[in-house]
Amino acid sequence: MVTPEMKICRPKVTVKDLSVSYGRLESLRHVSFEVNEFEILGVIGPAASGKTSLLRTFNRLNDENPAFQKTGKILLDGVDIYEKMDLPTLRKKIGMIFALPAPLPLSIFDNIAYGPRLHNVWKTSELEAIVEKSLRAAFLWEEVKDRLKTPAMKLSGGQQQRLCIARSLAVEPEVILFDEPCSGLDPIATAHVEEAMQELKAKYTIILVTNNTKQAARVSDRTAFFLMGELVEIDRTQKIFTVPQDKRTEDYISGRFG
Amino acid sequence: MDFVGLPVPYTMKPRRISEFLIESAIFLAGTISILFVVLIFIFLAKEGFALFRTVSLWDFLAGKDWYPISYPPRFGALPLILGSVWVTLGAILISVPIGVACAVYIAEVAPHWLREILKASVEFLAAIPSIVLGFIGLVTLVPLVQSLFNISTGLTALAGSLMLGFMAMPTIVSIMEDALTAVPRSYREGALALGATHWQAIWRVVMPAASSGVIAAVMLGIGRVIGETMAVMMITGNAARIPTTLLQPVRTMTATIAAEMGEAVQGSPHYASLFAIGIVLFVITFIINLTADFFLHREK
Amino acid sequence: MIRINPRITEKLAFAFLFFSTLLILVPVFLILVLIFKDGLPALSWEFLASYPRLGMRAGGIFPALLGTVYLAAGTLVFSLPIGILGAIYLSEYAKDHGFKRVVEVAIINLAGVPSVVYGLFGLGLFVIFLKFGASLLAGSLTLGIMSLPVIITSTREALGTVPKSFREVSLALGATKWQTIRRAVLPNALPGILTGTILALSRAAGETAPILFTVAAFYLPKLPQSIFDQAMALPYHLYVISTQVPNVKLSIQYGTALVLILLVLAMNIVAIVIRARFRKRKLW
Repeated sequence: MVTPEMKICRPKVTVKDLSVSYGRLESLRHVSFEVNEFEILGVIGPAASGKTSLLRTFNRLNDENPAFQKTGKILLDGVDIYEKMDLPTLRKKIGMIFALPAPLPLSIFDNIAYGPRLHNVWKTSELEAIVEKSLRAAFLWEEVKDRLKTPAMKLSGGQQQRLCIARSLAVEPEVILFDEPCSGLDPIATAHVEEAMQELKAKYTIILVTNNTKQAARVSDRTAFFLMGELVEIDRTQKIFTVPQDKRTEDYISGRFG
Repeated sequence: MDFVGLPVPYTMKPRRISEFLIESAIFLAGTISILFVVLIFIFLAKEGFALFRTVSLWDFLAGKDWYPISYPPRFGALPLILGSVWVTLGAILISVPIGVACAVYIAEVAPHWLREILKASVEFLAAIPSIVLGFIGLVTLVPLVQSLFNISTGLTALAGSLMLGFMAMPTIVSIMEDALTAVPRSYREGALALGATHWQAIWRVVMPAASSGVIAAVMLGIGRVIGETMAVMMITGNAARIPTTLLQPVRTMTATIAAEMGEAVQGSPHYASLFAIGIVLFVITFIINLTADFFLHREK
Repeated sequence: MIRINPRITEKLAFAFLFFSTLLILVPVFLILVLIFKDGLPALSWEFLASYPRLGMRAGGIFPALLGTVYLAAGTLVFSLPIGILGAIYLSEYAKDHGFKRVVEVAIINLAGVPSVVYGLFGLGLFVIFLKFGASLLAGSLTLGIMSLPVIITSTREALGTVPKSFREVSLALGATKWQTIRRAVLPNALPGILTGTILALSRAAGETAPILFTVAAFYLPKLPQSIFDQAMALPYHLYVISTQVPNVKLSIQYGTALVLILLVLAMNIVAIVIRARFRKRKLW
């Protein structure tokens, strides 16, 4: 068994001098940092600080936007994801959970099986195994195991979000991006999702973008603070929240703006 | 499959050839509309331009005599062009005020339950084939016009205008209705909050804001009317003379093509002249549609 | 200047609006009543299933009805794949704004070309240049091109109602663009596409001018045997018996008009039902 502590210093994702803009709108400016394997990196900052833009650059969803431009590099295990990897392979390795739960209008089972089927898993027995494994990992199995054929849209908001997590897990990603995953959820559903995240970091590298600084404090190992497209500070979560190095970080955390 | 797994070799190749093929087909299908517009023009021109070897463009457009099968034949299309213009003018004068009023009623005044019924009825009118409306016009409208004005035949420009005005309603109503629904709710509410009556809000605020829609509705209504063929051929009397009143028989461009193509010898000047009329129609509708599109997009 | 009470102006204005609406609806209603009243007595199994007799002054409309069904099917075969793929291009692939506008303007113009001009085009391209002759093939292709704008426009609208999140979710799971369209977008746009297609077909089935010179036959003693044969068609048949052949009983004319209207009406109702059921079931 590989424990998180043993692997903690191996960089999984490396960001080198990344700048992102959409037409004239600058979104990220000369950002460099690393995400370690099997950690949860919390990304905090006020609105329009470039957090979501950062996530969408990691799995190249930004490529869909014709105005998107970037300079700098992002490496996954040392491989440039923009130069040396085709899109489906990259997106299979880097999964994403969106701000609003986004189940497809399919059954619970078919939602989870959607990804594996894309990658040519068609045998029912195999799919069943993947669905169960993924739902268990997202702490949803017990709640839905008797109604896998019902429409996913009928689940509650929190269940839907965990379904989306399970759906991402089903394609065996290495990194999971969470884009404010609890912004639409009540506190109990939020707790469920956070619990799932804590378990997931044993096997996956997680980047969590959140508007809720307390959530970052609760969940993440390290935290990065972004402001107006710049990376102000990145450090152990405990340090960021107790002895921040930068005045702006302190101001944001203590709620003076944002 | 293990979650740690061995690194998958990164490839830059397209995943499957089928995917490449389908995406090529999509690109082709997406651009084929341009090809069709060009092809339509080319094939009209290919057959139609032959006419201008024997007849000058001016004599064709401004000539007052259309005797395609007498000897020597005369290819003056002016009576046909004016026939179309008269019938279209009459139809638009009838259909625009009524159509716009109907759209305003549907979009602004009618209660919700009635709105859906009205919309469905107008849609149904659009679905009735023009040949059926032509037939109905022939057996009801034509005798009515004849007895009403006490003239020798009811097959007149007026009958055509009435029927075409009726047929243009769905086009005008639906475009106008779209324009009205596009006016932000806050405009109406603002006017009502200032103490205007419902009608004042419609007349002074909503209608001016939807004015581009009126222009587009008129343009596309004209486009619909000028291209109508079967109904107009059945009820306008088809006399290729320059009309002086709406109570005379007229012959439109469309009806001329439809009625005479069957007898025209392929490759003859008569045959070419019908294609030349087709070019005139194509150019007119092309300009009308571009103009309407301009007004519809200016709004956005 | 006399100031009229705005309440009275409003009453008058609304009365005018209502009256205008009646001016459109009452004739629609009367036309329906007339065709049903005078057409229903002529309607019988024999009328639908037998050939015209006595120079079309008696008998039925079977070949014309069948010809129209063939033409509608042919139109579907040509216009549906091109229409759907074309709409996918415009709503999912086209990135360059200027080029997209050119395509859109082309489609708008295709929609505005008079039906009789489509007839000329079909005659010039399919009948003469490609040597198909007046045939089901030439007629279907002509009607197919004429139906394209309707199908493209309604398919685009249907694709536009599918939320962006469906696409992003699918892409984020490693789907290629086409996989995303195939599995996450098209199934959810299908009812809208069907509705638009049926409406386009109902229009094509009722058209006369485009088939005048490309396929329609005055009278044929036998049914078309291949796509290179001419065919009779219901709308053209109605034209023939109401204007070209003297002394056809009015009941036969009304009966033919009724069958044509019923055909078109049935297609429209199917389209409306699909749309309504889809709206009710829609969950996003």
